Amino acid sequence: MPNPKRKWSKSRRDKRRTHYKASAPALSTCSNCGEMKLSHRACPSCGYYAGKSIFIPES
Amino acid sequence: MRHRVKGNKIGRTASHRKATLSSLATGLILNKKIKTTDAKARALRPLIEGMITRAKVDSVHNRRIISESINDKEAVKTLFSEIAEKVGDRPGGYTRIVKLGKRQGDAADIAIIELVDFSGSVEKKPVKKRTKKEEVTTPVKETEESEIKDAEVIEETVVETKEESTTEADDTESSQQEKKDE
Repeated sequence: MPNPKRKWSKSRRDKRRTHYKASAPALSTCSNCGEMKLSHRACPSCGYYAGKSIFIPES
Repeated sequence: MRHRVKGNKIGRTASHRKATLSSLATGLILNKKIKTTDAKARALRPLIEGMITRAKVDSVHNRRIISESINDKEAVKTLFSEIAEKVGDRPGGYTRIVKLGKRQGDAADIAIIELVDFSGSVEKKPVKKRTKKEEVTTPVKETEESEIKDAEVIEETVVETKEESTTEADDTESSQQEKKDE
């Protein structure tokens, strides 16, 4: 069975991981209240989606 | 290849899945609007749409077919009377699913599934609005109650001192005078 000849150093391992990044969510403005919201989802601050009230926010 | 693969098993055995969907269908029929995970809402949709289509024709046979998948007599009644009446001639598409975002805890996609014909009527009497009013009124009540509680506590201490007065008369009189001054 072929096997790796050398252990990959922490440096090489960490260099590989430099491309592991979290991306920022693509937010858009709510057409009802102007807050930032995720697209295709009801606005968490006003509870509106597509011009209709889906739920009444608690606060 | 995804050939002839249909629906979502939602990670449950057949019997567990049947029970879950039955419970969700009952909840949706009785409340007209339920909040659940997006996957469960989408698994429920074809089931409930088929039920409503069947409920348009009220017959003993149709009621029995529905009762196979809903174990709630009240829900079957409302489905055939209230919901079937309101849906009328709508040719399918009785439900609406709106995504709400991720749930804190397990990051599950949460959605609201509601009956389209009841979407406005349910919002007019939200339970959350009542809690708002309670929050506004309760602080006033709490302060009153706390004052009453304080008064009761003072009275209790006085009573205790009176009980002590049987043994030590001189000390209690002075303590009671102090309490009254307070």
